[in-house]
Amino acid sequence: MATANIPRKEPEITPELVAEHGLSEEEYQRIVEILGRAPTFTELGVFSALWSEHCGYKNSKPLLRLLPTEAPWVLQGPGENAGVIDIGDGFALAFKIESHNHPSAVEPYQGAATGVGGILRDVFTMGARPIAVLDSLRFGQPTSPRVRYLFSGAVRGAGDYGNCVGIPNIGGEVFFEEAYEGNPLVNVMALGLMRKEQLIRATASGPGNPILAVGARTGRDGIHGATFASEELSDESDAKRPQVQVGDPFTEKLLLEASLELIYSGHIVGIQDMGAAGLASSSSEMAARAGTGVDIDVALVPTREPDMTAYEILLSESQERMLVVAKAGHEDEVRKILEKWELEAAVIGRVTDDGIYRVRENGVVVCEIPGEPLVKGCPTYVREARESETIQALRAWDPYEAERARPLADPTAALRRLLASPNIASKAWVYNQFDSTVRGNTVQEPGGAAGVLRIEGTRRGVAATVDCNGRYVYLNPRRGAMIAVAEAARNLVCVGARPRAVTNNLNFGNPLKPEVYYQLREAVLGIAEACKRFETPVTGGNVSLYNESPSGAIYPTPVIGMVGILDDVARHVTLPFREPGNAIVLLGANTDELGGSEYLKVIHGRVGGDAPAVDLDAEKRLQELVLELADRELLASANDCSEGGLAVCIAECAVADRLKPLGVDVELSDALPTAALLFGEAQGRIVISCAEEHVEEVLRAADRHGVPAARIGTVGEPGGTFTIRTPEAEIRAPIAELAEIYHTAIPRIMDEPTTLAGGTGDA
Amino acid sequence: MNEYVIDVSITPREGLLDPQGKVVLNALRSLDFDEVADVKVGRLIRLRILAPNMEVARERADEMCRRLLANPVTEEYELELENIS
Amino acid sequence: MRVAIVTFPGSNCDHDCYRAATEVLHADAKLIWHRERDLGNPDLVILPGGFSYGDYLRPGAIARFSPIMEEVVRYAKAGRPVLGICNGFHILCEAGLLPGALVRNRTLKFLGLDVFVRVENAGTMFTSAYTEGQVLRLPIAHGEGNYVADAATLEALEAEGRVVFRYVDANGEATDEANLNGSMRNIAGIINERGNVLGLMPHPERAVSALLGSTDGRGIFESILAAIQGTPLGAAIAG
Repeated sequence: MATANIPRKEPEITPELVAEHGLSEEEYQRIVEILGRAPTFTELGVFSALWSEHCGYKNSKPLLRLLPTEAPWVLQGPGENAGVIDIGDGFALAFKIESHNHPSAVEPYQGAATGVGGILRDVFTMGARPIAVLDSLRFGQPTSPRVRYLFSGAVRGAGDYGNCVGIPNIGGEVFFEEAYEGNPLVNVMALGLMRKEQLIRATASGPGNPILAVGARTGRDGIHGATFASEELSDESDAKRPQVQVGDPFTEKLLLEASLELIYSGHIVGIQDMGAAGLASSSSEMAARAGTGVDIDVALVPTREPDMTAYEILLSESQERMLVVAKAGHEDEVRKILEKWELEAAVIGRVTDDGIYRVRENGVVVCEIPGEPLVKGCPTYVREARESETIQALRAWDPYEAERARPLADPTAALRRLLASPNIASKAWVYNQFDSTVRGNTVQEPGGAAGVLRIEGTRRGVAATVDCNGRYVYLNPRRGAMIAVAEAARNLVCVGARPRAVTNNLNFGNPLKPEVYYQLREAVLGIAEACKRFETPVTGGNVSLYNESPSGAIYPTPVIGMVGILDDVARHVTLPFREPGNAIVLLGANTDELGGSEYLKVIHGRVGGDAPAVDLDAEKRLQELVLELADRELLASANDCSEGGLAVCIAECAVADRLKPLGVDVELSDALPTAALLFGEAQGRIVISCAEEHVEEVLRAADRHGVPAARIGTVGEPGGTFTIRTPEAEIRAPIAELAEIYHTAIPRIMDEPTTLAGGTGDA
Repeated sequence: MNEYVIDVSITPREGLLDPQGKVVLNALRSLDFDEVADVKVGRLIRLRILAPNMEVARERADEMCRRLLANPVTEEYELELENIS
Repeated sequence: MRVAIVTFPGSNCDHDCYRAATEVLHADAKLIWHRERDLGNPDLVILPGGFSYGDYLRPGAIARFSPIMEEVVRYAKAGRPVLGICNGFHILCEAGLLPGALVRNRTLKFLGLDVFVRVENAGTMFTSAYTEGQVLRLPIAHGEGNYVADAATLEALEAEGRVVFRYVDANGEATDEANLNGSMRNIAGIINERGNVLGLMPHPERAVSALLGSTDGRGIFESILAAIQGTPLGAAIAG
């Protein structure tokens, strides 16, 4: 190809331009080798996008290979739009998590909205109808007006988008920590359901088959979003505002219906979202998966603005667009379906058999790259890893130093403060802005241990949860990551679901810093170990690096999205205590763990000590026990013990039903320091309640599974007193008062004025 | 035929609670813009239409407002026309 | 019994209504695409919830001009039963089949949670399975459910018993606190003069299964079935 053919004058390739595209000198040389010549400007843009961290996983791929990805029930592992597992009765579940951190830091409403849109498209392009979303949100302390603006904008954006498309939100998690102040995390997980035979893969097979651009027109928004998402946020990021994409949930809904109709009609061979790096990545990835090439002409792509260059059209990240490969000769049928849904579509090229990624502009070739090395040849790196000495010191710090300096005098006051902590208090302020019941399959809405849906036409249900305590991972990356997996699994068994598979979102700082790369490596090793032990393979996910702002890196936050199956959804277990007189039983052992706890943070203002110990075998035994108890319908309620420890766990069960908080009478006899016993975050514990006549049976089952268990108390009357006695102290408060604290803490903070929120966000 | 740009400003009807307006008013006050007496938040629809003259253009736009663009139960509208041909 | 459920671009509760019609009413239910012009002579038409046309401009403002709406208006004017839920309620108001309008919630937030509503009139064809004053627990999911109408309309609605549902607290009191979206007089649902067109913001079709938390919505469907089949309440319903 002669560069003289290029129809417009393109910038000259200089070392500065290469660097601006986030490519190293070495990577540029590799490109020259692949092409056998210098790249054009358009080609440089395409390489830069596909070899970004977001698309090419260049710093994470060698680590991701360490994760377990297989099990007999896995139908599709990593490498596709979403992972897929077999859930029985002929049904398959597609699911994936995705981050939209950087866009949300700049424009929270649109950032979160388009995050929901992208992950829904990843799921329905597998042939699955989206049935649920979950959000995992991390922001700075909400005492800051700026944080309230970002947080409320993200919640509204995620809500407006998902509500409009009509996908129920069934759960999530929200954390507020200083470490996320300049770089919030917005991760969204979506689940989709299909018949097994409806599974379709994003491939461009069959030379001669036409390639169509479907949906919204292409504009200049989000150009180089994928590279943007792979850089640290700086004060200049505000200047990058125009790159932020704007979501259109109405078009998304039409795309969803049209895509499923297309897939089920049999007129197409493959479909993929034009997401990160837009047309460039979707078209080249679809071809690479099939081992084919493509020949497309950007002049045929419907655009929103005149005079867009090939570079811009290829790299635009305008939302709500799909790339469809139809069967040759079926174009009319495809068009008819798209017309019904009032969607625009244009044939922009064909599949070829030469393996070349070829792009024309009005017939003139502007980009010609061997497809395989473009998509799969991104150089990968194993970086230098070294643990930060500051963190080592923090971990070695003895939390009892703080406790000795200011001993716990009034545990009731401490409980009140913990229940008012936004990390623990009810998140209803968030999820009441989401439609949780649309489509009429939601068995458990947000606010429980995990979301639960029934699978129509069967007795089964699916459950899903997203979990991570970034503080633990910060203090001890490997252990913290294991805890994230263990907690997700505990949440699933608490609703009666057997953990089946994982999707993860690795949110970390700049991997070129040895202390960040160390966190990433250790965390992946921790996830791998826990997922192997629990037989929950990782079927895909997302890597978001460079999450740093001028004030430093975020806590390393490997969010675990886990799905589980209930064979009989009617036996699902809920979180709130139900009946006065029911027995309260603790499954698992109380041990002396105070490190990394919410107690230390809220009461002593410290983040330090080691993350709690985690015993994967003990966790697995606990999971099996709770699953058996749920299956035998012996449980009235179950709640995983996590942030805030045992006292908070029991209080949550007592106040969860806002209309009917129940009193509690608990006696703990363990010989442990009071702070650790009440508020320590020892792992491997679940608090259940059951009818009095089932206590013996529960304890016998626990014994059989090798899980320590003890009857610790009794559920009291509505509006009664909350009491926990320990050998050295007592918590005592009217339950109505604790309920009030728990349910009003976040509204009290959030309904303070923010800076004026942008956007109208009409529902 | 002439080409007209018509700005349709739609605002909540007088007397109807305008929660957005109230929030914006409070926000402005908290930024010390004490002189602000009232705020209404509505929306602007910009039309480009062809018509033989200003009168017809206004008539057509008015009909569009009555039939679709504004809800008479809750909204008021005003038209501003400019000949751009 | 035959039920026609109209699907507009952006409807997202059509499927829920379909299931309620088939599972609760054991009806022969059909989804009708908005561009069609024939309802197929059903016994009941449902305009489902969702975000027709993305709620762009105003909820329901564009959908009311869909081709099928001419047929729906004719059907309603003939005295046949039409049920509009959430966005369907918006469309009925925009189409002039019900008075008033629904504007942005006073909280300026989308509200997605269970609320209590009181049955104010159990004498309609949609509510005969309930008793007057009965308190129902139903989900709401809307950003614009704040009912407004002029004083004369409100007086007429009250005087003629056409306020069918009102937001109340758990004890059945129509308090301001229970009126989350700020509706005038806590109005959650109204009926037309002739008594054949009902619009309401809460979602009865999502409250028809104990597994999903509430069966309080079944009464609406049971009432319609009884009215259409002329059968005594309860006799026609299995499960």
